[in-house]
Amino acid sequence: MSGYRLDHGGDIDRTRPLTFHWEGKSYSGFSGDTLASALLASGVRMVGRSFKYHRPRGLIGAGLDEPNAIVQLEQGAQTIPNLKAPYVELYEGLSADPVNAWPSLGFDLLAVNGLLKRFIPAAFYYKTFMWPDWLLFEPAIRKAAGLGTSPALPDPDVYAQTSAHTDVLVVGGGIAGLSAALYAAQAGKTVMLVTGGAHWGGRLAGTSDTIEGKPARVWIEDTLRTLAAMPNVTLKARTLATGHYDHGMVSLCERLTDHLPLEQRSGPRQRLWRVRADDLILASGAIERPLVFRGNDRPGVMLAGAARAYLHRYGVIAGRQVVVATNNDSAWQAAFDLAEAGARLVAIVDARNDPSAALLDRARSLGIPVHTGMAPAAARGGRSLRGVRIGRVSREGRIEGATQTLRCDTLLVSGGWNPAVHLHSHGAGRLTLDTNLQSFTPIAAAGHRSVGGAAGDFAPAAPIPALWSISETGEPDPEAWVDFQNDVTAGDIALAARENFRSVEHLKRYTTLGMASDQGKTSNVSGIGILGTLLDRPMQAIGTTKFRPPYDPTPFGVFAGHRVGEGLRPRRRLAFHDWHSENGASLDEYGGWMRPAAYPRAGESEEDAVRREVLAVRAGVGLFEASPLGKIEVKGPDAAAFLDRMYVNTISTLNVGRCRYAIMLTENGTVFDDGVVTRLGEDHFLVGTTSGHAGAIAEALREWLQCEWTTMQVLVEDVTTCWAVANIAGPKARDVLAALEPDVDISGAAFPHMSARTGHVCGLPARIARVSFTGELSYEIAVPWRDAGALWTALVEAGAPYGLTPFGVEALMTMRIEKGFLHVGSDTDGATLPQDIGFGGIMRKKTQDFVGRRSSLRSDGLRADRRSLVGLEVTDGNPAPLTTGAHVLPATAAAPQPGEGWVTSSTWSPTLEAPLALALVERGQDRMGDTVRVWDLGTWREARITGLCRYDPEGARLDA
Amino acid sequence: MTRYSAWSLLRAGLSGQRTWTPAWRDAKPKKSYEAVIIGGGGHGLATAYYLASKHGLRDIAVLERGWIGGGNTGRNTTVIRSNYFFPESTRFYDFSLSLYEDLSRELNYNIMFSRRGMWSFAHDRHGVEMLRRSANAMRLNGADAEYHEADEVFRRIPGLNPSPRFPILAGLLQPRGGTARHDAVAWGYARAADSLGVDIIQNCEVTGFDIRDGRIRGLETSLGDIAVERVGLAVAGHSSVMAARAGFRLPIVSYALQAFVSEPMKPVLDTVVLAPSTGTYLSQSDKGEIVVGSALDLFPSYAQRGSLPVLEHTAAGLIDLFPHFSRVRLLRQWAGIVDVVQDSTPILGESPVKGLYLNCGWGTGGFKAIPGGGFCFAHNIATGEAHPLAAAFSLDRFRTGALIDEAAASGIAH
Repeated sequence: MSGYRLDHGGDIDRTRPLTFHWEGKSYSGFSGDTLASALLASGVRMVGRSFKYHRPRGLIGAGLDEPNAIVQLEQGAQTIPNLKAPYVELYEGLSADPVNAWPSLGFDLLAVNGLLKRFIPAAFYYKTFMWPDWLLFEPAIRKAAGLGTSPALPDPDVYAQTSAHTDVLVVGGGIAGLSAALYAAQAGKTVMLVTGGAHWGGRLAGTSDTIEGKPARVWIEDTLRTLAAMPNVTLKARTLATGHYDHGMVSLCERLTDHLPLEQRSGPRQRLWRVRADDLILASGAIERPLVFRGNDRPGVMLAGAARAYLHRYGVIAGRQVVVATNNDSAWQAAFDLAEAGARLVAIVDARNDPSAALLDRARSLGIPVHTGMAPAAARGGRSLRGVRIGRVSREGRIEGATQTLRCDTLLVSGGWNPAVHLHSHGAGRLTLDTNLQSFTPIAAAGHRSVGGAAGDFAPAAPIPALWSISETGEPDPEAWVDFQNDVTAGDIALAARENFRSVEHLKRYTTLGMASDQGKTSNVSGIGILGTLLDRPMQAIGTTKFRPPYDPTPFGVFAGHRVGEGLRPRRRLAFHDWHSENGASLDEYGGWMRPAAYPRAGESEEDAVRREVLAVRAGVGLFEASPLGKIEVKGPDAAAFLDRMYVNTISTLNVGRCRYAIMLTENGTVFDDGVVTRLGEDHFLVGTTSGHAGAIAEALREWLQCEWTTMQVLVEDVTTCWAVANIAGPKARDVLAALEPDVDISGAAFPHMSARTGHVCGLPARIARVSFTGELSYEIAVPWRDAGALWTALVEAGAPYGLTPFGVEALMTMRIEKGFLHVGSDTDGATLPQDIGFGGIMRKKTQDFVGRRSSLRSDGLRADRRSLVGLEVTDGNPAPLTTGAHVLPATAAAPQPGEGWVTSSTWSPTLEAPLALALVERGQDRMGDTVRVWDLGTWREARITGLCRYDPEGARLDA
Repeated sequence: MTRYSAWSLLRAGLSGQRTWTPAWRDAKPKKSYEAVIIGGGGHGLATAYYLASKHGLRDIAVLERGWIGGGNTGRNTTVIRSNYFFPESTRFYDFSLSLYEDLSRELNYNIMFSRRGMWSFAHDRHGVEMLRRSANAMRLNGADAEYHEADEVFRRIPGLNPSPRFPILAGLLQPRGGTARHDAVAWGYARAADSLGVDIIQNCEVTGFDIRDGRIRGLETSLGDIAVERVGLAVAGHSSVMAARAGFRLPIVSYALQAFVSEPMKPVLDTVVLAPSTGTYLSQSDKGEIVVGSALDLFPSYAQRGSLPVLEHTAAGLIDLFPHFSRVRLLRQWAGIVDVVQDSTPILGESPVKGLYLNCGWGTGGFKAIPGGGFCFAHNIATGEAHPLAAAFSLDRFRTGALIDEAAASGIAH
């Protein structure tokens, strides 16, 4: 027990005590505390176990740099693994547990790893566990690794997302950020100022340092009041800038409810902001470095700046007997502040021989013994610090001569400061080594600049001496920690260098230095310093590893935002959706649309329903909603010439009012899409596409116009969802249409197959096309989407005397398979050329060039053994349809072997009362009548190759 | 090189780890080599290793502009699989997978090949048909594949969302698929190649090609000229840049592909999962991080940086599959640059310049192909003939049209 609370000071509300639970025990803190400050005030010293050696660990930092105090917050659906205790705001009833310790923090069985440490240094796993096989070891290794535990239940919270534009975005609410925001706001700019924590004022919050003649806490309050009163300023606390992306995009994560007791939370938990600012000002401060010496990870060793923050923000004294060890001035201030607050300062140990007289005088006046030219040789103690052995230190960090032990429960350290250059670097900003600071500082970059501590603007009176690693042997110490969370020691860095992992990226990956959940905030620069010393290379030449977003781990949920559940992709509903639902349709998703698969009646299976629907269409008339079919208007003087270039078929020869089935290719010559093109006027076409491809085809048409044929005068507009389409199909389709009193002549002679008319149907403006995917007499009636209900009601009423039967997608698919009509995407794939599906003749005849022509006629396209689309008729007497996706093997195949093709579509044909299939088969068109074997996951079937069309091959029914 | 064994580990443990020697030497370039590989990634290092170990060449250098393994080898999501559709692909990738299975022992370096299986899903009726087609193709072409109905998928993958936006109707499991430690693959090959005499030269950029009479005669590098008549180019992400320096064009567009990791957690996912609905794929690393990826950043780029839109898309895809990962936190995002060709199949073989061979076009799937790619590439460089397993991957296919369009055929984002 060492840390304790003062009865005054800090930005906490002592009138509002809060109860919280740590490792199952109850503690109390105050409103304004963090979990870390409350634990520290409660005397809890050991707060975690390290990743690999499970060493006992205490608080080191007071912010997001904290590598040790990693906690599992709450239980059940609310649980969150791996939070950093200094960033968890305390609320009533908060419950947290340590991670990576079993059965308990105090007695952790895997602490045995620490005893084996000499045999399992960095990267030991690359050298072992391969005999007999890694798989034997992996489960145990995995169990030992990892920190917290994933939630097991779906996230009960929702997350919001929003975007903002501002003249100036200031990241960081310390003195530099507040000043920058005030300056920009007074110049009339719109300003957004964000800070990650709940407090404003950064490191000076709560201190009595002087700013513009005022105590810091007064200056901060005044400035905040001024900013809050300005209409052009947005202030956001608890809003962490997580990433800086191309073109100045900055992501912010705003925590809306995390600081509230669980039962008081409502609304979104967090909000993602995507901010674009003309000017990005990074005032993200600096991060203190620990000193690297033997045992520097003992609970009780803390960063001096953190101790100062705990004192001033939370009124907590980090320890009762305090030693400060440093190589720079900043830690002295921590010592002075703590001494003034009543802590017992055992000593200040400064590696420099000549700290300034002002510091020495002040220490003397406070009665603090000072040891100059000395550094800690080793921390003593187990689960809690008991003392520190110090000795004279050389410039290279070697302890020389006799050492002495200072008894203490707390050792505050400072090895200098590193500007928080993360966002600068995310945005491709470069860094330079400041040899006065011994740290990397940002080089000014376009579009963003760093100010204050983030720019290295904490220039010390004298250059900070490099003191990367302290040891008694002169060699990097394997018991001196650099990366606390990942258990990387100075000795590990030496090992990496010895084994030639000398690139800073190799060092990181080989040792895992800087790969922990703090991403090396306290360790990376020290590691680079140690490596530089070992290799005798300047740190600038070694450089840093890449900084990557996010600055601090950020929930996946906030990035997903509303894109969860149905919000991930809203389902599209048909124009007659309600009617389908009310009339028993089994709806399924096809290409993003909820469409009727079939309309099974009570007691009917889907197969029964499909059979009934097919027979009803074949014998009478059926009704199908075809609204999702792609409809693209192509208009302009060059429309016909343009479509000639886009389609395998010639479109310009089409007469007005006529339709043509046509296919379109990719640049690689493969089949892209098929559909019916209708000429509505000389310069006006309606391009029909498959349902799933409407958007892609419209994009492709536009791309060719915009990128390649820029002088063609053509407009392209996707009108798919402007028109609702009802399809009536069957021998009695004309009778039903007639009952709707169309104002166009629908007689067979006046309105033949593959033609289209514009007019009215039951008083509604309509486009009627006589086209068929079922093989029957068929009309597609398109009316404006808003008129869908009227058309459908009229159709159902007019069709009743004829037994009009609604049919779904599956019946349609069955009928088109009977007809041998191909379905792009099922019967074709990314390798199918037009000649493979019977378009070779059309292609050869066309003299004009078109997209994909050259590619499809390359030598591979002319190979005789290409797969072509054929029909398959089952010959094994088994009435079950072949499985779509089954493979076609030679009749002689006795065992599984690479196939000659595969079944692309398959169904039971109610019309022919037989199973039917289509397949892509090598030389298929030349092998009519051949028998083949069909293989599906180990089962064999027999079939015979046939032509594609098995129903009304003459097409008499289409022309009826 | 110190061979890793129980003895050497014990000795090192007792000597403060001082007995280890460099995993590879930092070589200085010689004036000439019998063969040079440009690119010290997995493919380049594997090629050098197989040239030395299978073909007896010893006078070999690998030139790396930065640090070895620093390109896509060290940036990918570490998935190893051979669930392809066309026989040419399946045969090649399955061979590569089989090399992975014994690679740790062959290289004396634990690359942590974790045979934990890889799943891909079908989300609609058409998807089920395509999945079935793939399962059949894999089995007929000699790979392992299991087709499972939804019940079995959910039984085998605890935590999988029972009612995702895109329903899971069936699953295709390749039991031999899995993951490996990506950096270790590069380091293991480097160490093994070095021990066979290969010079691995880092921080050496190839700035020009000495080409005379259509034949490669030498290389200009930032560390001086090198005379060499057999050169392998294995510089994924920058293949088109290097091809331009050699005076020819490649049918390649370069895009950034991002990857994401969560904070490390205790084991929660024991397999590799791919959902074609959103293109999301994920696994859990041995360290405990959820490693996830999805779509390309669909604009050409050479910048190895992540972006926000793809992160948002990937997070949404992840949460649709595993809603409990919503509260889990993203630790880091990054990107690699991938060579994308029209048919998502690599280019492995001759270039328009005699003596200069190409290993590129792996798209988003180069990692799993490292052993196979290196093996076949070495064969080609050593013998002048394409290895039968890679013969279909020639650059010539863009002239003949013999494309092997895996992306379109198997519905998997490659």
